[in-house]
Amino acid sequence: MNLFDFFRERKKQSSASIAKERLQIIVAHERGQRSAPDYLPDLQKELIEVIRKYVNIDNDQVQVVLEDQGNCSILELNVTLPDR
Amino acid sequence: MAKILVVTSGKGGVGKTTTSAAIGTGLALRGHKTVVVDFDVGLRNLDLIMGCERRVVYDFVNVIQGDATLGQALIKDKRLENLYVLAASQTRDKDALSAEGVGRVMDELRESFEYIICDSPAGIEKGAHLAMYFADEAVVVTNPEVSSVRDSDRMLGLLASKSRRAENGEEPIKEHLLLTRYSPDRVNKGEMLGVEDVEEILAIRLLGVIPESQSVLKASNQGIPVILDEQSDAGQAYSDAVERLLGKETPHRFLDVHKKGFLQRLFGGRE
Repeated sequence: MNLFDFFRERKKQSSASIAKERLQIIVAHERGQRSAPDYLPDLQKELIEVIRKYVNIDNDQVQVVLEDQGNCSILELNVTLPDR
Repeated sequence: MAKILVVTSGKGGVGKTTTSAAIGTGLALRGHKTVVVDFDVGLRNLDLIMGCERRVVYDFVNVIQGDATLGQALIKDKRLENLYVLAASQTRDKDALSAEGVGRVMDELRESFEYIICDSPAGIEKGAHLAMYFADEAVVVTNPEVSSVRDSDRMLGLLASKSRRAENGEEPIKEHLLLTRYSPDRVNKGEMLGVEDVEEILAIRLLGVIPESQSVLKASNQGIPVILDEQSDAGQAYSDAVERLLGKETPHRFLDVHKKGFLQRLFGGRE
């Protein structure tokens, strides 16, 4: 091992800290979904169907997000319309 | 007032049954009348870990279905006066446990026991759901490893939303983290998540850290709960955890690398 390798070795992240980072991200994501009401996926599906009656869109062009803001929740619906 | 305590984890093989046997035995050792109930219907194993497998006549499902009384099904521990086991059934019928039936048995157990330890099966199916449904407190057994930590977090979500306490709007289940199979040596090398890492991610009270230890397999081989092996590090760590469960503050041990002495290194001492 030369001197250059020695410094590079020290910079390398330990596998435990990679595990921690990955866990923090996935756990935070799953906790967010957990607090969402059970009807959200169905609501999203039906909304897409309704919009499709009028505009031709893909599933991923409709985003339904429920945001919790203390004592009230905001349901945000974001529809990307295709180019005319 | 009787307390129902569930030992759960989500993931399998992390040490739920070992922990249930150890905590149940530890509580009985300290004079509390305790019963350990196996909820793993179809895959009964608590009886083996507790060393009473040859004395199972009636089981949990027999009691629920009215084929036996609770008195007939409870197995009295040979070593300790205050300790009883209720074995799981080996039936393959997935619907053998019903919420109503389990509730009835829990109510009856509450009348004569101080502590009811529910040994949950792995997963989030019916058995696991019913094991935690009636609980007052939960011990979440976790290994310092990504899939176990993630599953534990999932269980914490279920404990907070799908239990009787949650449904009735009562005070939530008191949650405890028990970290098992911990290797301080590997944590030091950066190969394993440390106690602080897991505590930070799950954000619940730490009940104890059980070091990876040969004594756990040795104990299960013999059907003696590892807490009775007072010489072993795992046994001592379980004793500390039981003390904390009873409200005593004791410092956490076995978190640092065990340094071998000169002679031990020379002759290679065994743990």
